[in-house]
Amino acid sequence: MRRISVPLWLGLGILALLLLCAAAPQLLWPTDPLAFDFAALTAAPSWAHPFGTDQFGRDMLARTIAASSVDLQIALFSVVFPLMIGTLIGLAVGWYGGWLDAVFGRLVDLVVTFPFLVLVIAIVAVLGPGLVNMYIAVACVGWVAYARLIRGEVMVQRNSDYVAAARVLGYSTARIVFRHILPNALRPVLVYSVTDMALCILLGSSLGYLGLGAQPPTAEWGVLIADGKNFFTTAPWITLFPGVAIVLAGLGFSLAGDGLADLLEVKR
Amino acid sequence: MTPPLLEADALTKHFPGRRGLLDMLRRRERPVVRAVEALSLDVRAGETLGIVGESGCGKSTLARCLVRLHRPDAGVLRFRGTDVDALSEADRRRFNRQVQMVFQDPYSSLNPRMTVRAVLAEALAVHKVVPPDQIEGRVAALLDLVHLSRDAAERYPHEFSGGQRQRIGIARALAVEPSVLIADEPVSALDVSVQAQIVNLFLELQERLGLTLVFITHDLRLVRHLAHRVAVMYLGRIVETGPTAELFAAPRHPYTQGLLRAVPQMAAGQGRVRRAAAITGGLPSPLAPPPGCSFHPRCPIAEPACSTAVPALAARGGAWPVACRLAG
Repeated sequence: MRRISVPLWLGLGILALLLLCAAAPQLLWPTDPLAFDFAALTAAPSWAHPFGTDQFGRDMLARTIAASSVDLQIALFSVVFPLMIGTLIGLAVGWYGGWLDAVFGRLVDLVVTFPFLVLVIAIVAVLGPGLVNMYIAVACVGWVAYARLIRGEVMVQRNSDYVAAARVLGYSTARIVFRHILPNALRPVLVYSVTDMALCILLGSSLGYLGLGAQPPTAEWGVLIADGKNFFTTAPWITLFPGVAIVLAGLGFSLAGDGLADLLEVKR
Repeated sequence: MTPPLLEADALTKHFPGRRGLLDMLRRRERPVVRAVEALSLDVRAGETLGIVGESGCGKSTLARCLVRLHRPDAGVLRFRGTDVDALSEADRRRFNRQVQMVFQDPYSSLNPRMTVRAVLAEALAVHKVVPPDQIEGRVAALLDLVHLSRDAAERYPHEFSGGQRQRIGIARALAVEPSVLIADEPVSALDVSVQAQIVNLFLELQERLGLTLVFITHDLRLVRHLAHRVAVMYLGRIVETGPTAELFAAPRHPYTQGLLRAVPQMAAGQGRVRRAAAITGGLPSPLAPPPGCSFHPRCPIAEPACSTAVPALAARGGAWPVACRLAG
């Protein structure tokens, strides 16, 4: 068994904490995130409300914890769909090459010409705001990165002798592509996907902030920040703590991604 | 004489070369790498055929044509008298099972993410060599056959040495019970001490399983040790082919003669190694092979006529065929 590095432990620790927040928010901080406390409107952090309260007296710690389940869901869904679509397309393009690869190349050029966020916002604007439409928009744009990674790996692997051996053994194309090439081509994609989750949390928060992602009253870190922005000078804790949560989640995914890269390094 | 088991008839394989933009503007034709050129060869059941030649002469391309990894541009490949190209999908699988290959590089020829058991079991299962409940036992038997310990089954390729990996590659090829084994430089990536072990394994397997072996190498000593018959390859063609002992004793083609002279001789008692007489010059580019006999620019006995016509591989009054108009 290979040793798990310190950054990977740290990353996994942060992610475990987030998962706990998402799975059992009551366990960590039993206050109801939607309960109004009119005795403490925009109250500064105290023992009763460690993260302070917002303009309705809602407990910010409870709201930040409650938001983690939404944000983890965003991280998961805005990575899983592009990952699956991109992997399938990348496999096909890398294996067959030829005109398929030429078409793919132009398509990639087209997508990367636009800034990622701008393209996603444009698609969400057409489809209408909301989390589901956000996932669709991210899948429409995000698969390209995964397909490129897989395509490159497949093109390397398909010329290797073990693939030639599989062909000499008369194996079907499906068996060669999915059982032999895919496991060897997946490493960069898996590593990228974990790092991508950090970016997707930022993206989800950005869209939430802009009112295009999660809709209020859903607690989502970006939405929380947007809610608090009008009180930033008087009650900075409303924006500060959800911001810290975003940074922490991003850090956790990044560390885990780096650690995973080392862990999955294949020995030859 | 037994009929050939595997027969190549005027096999030709060209690869498109690179053409720059400037060449395109000058309307130059796309260059072609003539890897295998109208090559005829037959492999008889039970024999070991050694194919020798310098690197770059098309040996590996020929090997890949013989196992159908490459589709030849022209010519026919026959297995037991049937054109392999005309086979149906199911029959093609049967052909694949019959003609297996051992690769040169023991590092890239094994899937790094599959255990030895997975590699062997997959071959056994896909071709239904044995019923599923007997796969376990057959994997162990295959490991015994190539002299690997049975606990090797659980391990991954990176845990083995080059020689051990080559044994795994051989076991994988033998899993489907082939009648012909094409070995493309199977020991050239290994240490000399390990080379001998693998060569002896081939000899032993051939004896025990009655395998037909096509052994491709640039090492003349290996061929002399292993092969019943030799085919000497030069720039995509066979220039001479005959029984090993006789051919080594009295080579007829000037290229074969040069090759044999180039092997360093070390005799016991002699103080120093006799300096080898190398063939002058390098292998011409297969992009632009010389006209006529492709060996004539390096040939010590070439005549002007050698550069006009390609000499056919024919007996020319001798006991075995040679492609040189001056032999005989």
